[in-house]
Amino acid sequence: MAATTFTVALATPRRSLSRTFSLYAKEAKYELINKTRIPIYAISTVVFPLMFYVLFGIVLGHDNPVNRGETATYVLATMGCFGVMAVALFGFGVSLAMERGQGWLQVKRASPMPISAYFLAKLFAAVVFSTVIMLLLLTVGILFGGVHLLFATAAKLVGILVAGSIPFSAMGLAIGYFAKPNSAPAVVNLVYLPMSFCSGLWIPLFLLPHGLQVLATFLPPFHLAQLALNTVGLAPNPTPSWGHVEALVAFTLICLGVAAWGYRRDEGKTYG
Amino acid sequence: MSTAISLRQVQNRDLPGASIAELPRSAPAQQPVSVARARNLKKSYGNVVALENLNLDIHAGELLALLGPNGAGKTTLVRMLLGVARPDSGNLSVFGVDPYQGQLRGRLGAMLQVGRVPETLKVREHIDLFSSYYPNPLPLQETFEIAGLTEIKDRPYGELSGGQKQRVLFGIAICGNPDLLFLDEPTVGLDVEARRLMWSQIRSLIGRGKTVLLTTHYLNEADALADRILVLNQGTIIAEGTPAEIKARAMGKQIRCTSRLTLEEVRQIQGVLSVKADRNVFELQVNAAEPVVRELLQRDSWLADLEVTNAGLEEAFLALTKNHNTESKEN
Repeated sequence: MAATTFTVALATPRRSLSRTFSLYAKEAKYELINKTRIPIYAISTVVFPLMFYVLFGIVLGHDNPVNRGETATYVLATMGCFGVMAVALFGFGVSLAMERGQGWLQVKRASPMPISAYFLAKLFAAVVFSTVIMLLLLTVGILFGGVHLLFATAAKLVGILVAGSIPFSAMGLAIGYFAKPNSAPAVVNLVYLPMSFCSGLWIPLFLLPHGLQVLATFLPPFHLAQLALNTVGLAPNPTPSWGHVEALVAFTLICLGVAAWGYRRDEGKTYG
Repeated sequence: MSTAISLRQVQNRDLPGASIAELPRSAPAQQPVSVARARNLKKSYGNVVALENLNLDIHAGELLALLGPNGAGKTTLVRMLLGVARPDSGNLSVFGVDPYQGQLRGRLGAMLQVGRVPETLKVREHIDLFSSYYPNPLPLQETFEIAGLTEIKDRPYGELSGGQKQRVLFGIAICGNPDLLFLDEPTVGLDVEARRLMWSQIRSLIGRGKTVLLTTHYLNEADALADRILVLNQGTIIAEGTPAEIKARAMGKQIRCTSRLTLEEVRQIQGVLSVKADRNVFELQVNAAEPVVRELLQRDSWLADLEVTNAGLEEAFLALTKNHNTESKEN
């Protein structure tokens, strides 16, 4: 047997640098195209925050002409945070859980695609969707809610909230590696809706019971919302921004750790 | 070690990047060159044994069919060869290296069973994306032509029929111009016409000198396509041979005897499908035992230790038939 067979070892051709770049670009492009063509995703992530913003920030704020613009600006920060979270959790977490559970990720893993291209593409799509949402909210706020912000302040607000995609994408990554495809949307909703409420994204924290205000300091959306409110000068009890940044970084690292554990578990596992 | 020498000559003759798998099929015919080799592979999931001491060689330029019922371990084996799963123990090498290291994937292509493919992307977008993963992909048009996608390349995946969807997965498998291709049940769930079309596409790959490992639970599919068939049941290879030999074993009888006849004399007896000899002990595969036994006894009065058995594949093929039937009912 040994005499009749011979195993061939030949060098595997390397991908050139320009091809590597084009690979990452295409992965990102098609991830974005895919998301924009899923109506339920595009509508729920863009339309819901917009609807809530119009309701809470503009219609309800209308009764109070004195600080109408202030209400609209406050809710712009908190609803923006809510919108960014949804994009990252659904766009990253749910789509990963589905593609993983339904075997599509296996097909990609069997190809020479670097897994980093897959993750970066999902992050890229989350950043683009978040930017679109923020610009829409800002436009509506300026046109109909009496929001007055310096260009630099508005840019900083959008920048901070879009950067908030990173911690929540990390959270989505962790959820995506543990949730099953059918239960992933429910898991995300169970985490994200209560967390948003308890972080004061729906009703300002100072109107909530003291216990919830304490609880909020342990929740990442609270910290992102505080950063956004600091930027527009509307945080009720301004706290130094670095503390919130630290909290978000720590949260991101914890999520990445959990995701890495899930990733390793998944790579070792097989489906039959 | 003559194989090693002939291989070196072959490599010198070709471009440095050219692979052995692209050589004309006649070249390695006499001394098969192994592009993948598994020895004593074992894998279990909890208490379930998926593979048990499995040995396998895939020869350059052949189409090897792995035939077995559902749950035989076919997919597990493919996943290990692709380097997306790891054996519990045993040796596995593909193109001389451990596939789990991942550096081989640029030379492999895979058509896997998948629950759901992103449906909003168009056919050409899927192929464009997967082509970008590979160092030396085929031109897109060529992939469309080989996989029969030219007509449907602008349609979203979600709007395609079952057969068209399988062709897209086939296109994904070949777009990187791989040397070694794994087709995991490529025609499962397809109607007769779509299956025939897929068969002709798979055959055209062989015309291009690719090495292909096909898994299937249809004996007729393995028969129609393969150069060699391995029958896998409950994680073990229970038979190996050409399609004719396997069919004979599945349906026919096996005769064992000690005889003074030569191998050539035995082979010439009518009704003998294949014969193996170990000194004077013969093992014959036949369709019907009686006429062959009569002939053997007539030609050799010294014939001894005569033994006629069923071919020994019933269990596996019973399982195959059962699966086949359930599936046709479902469809």
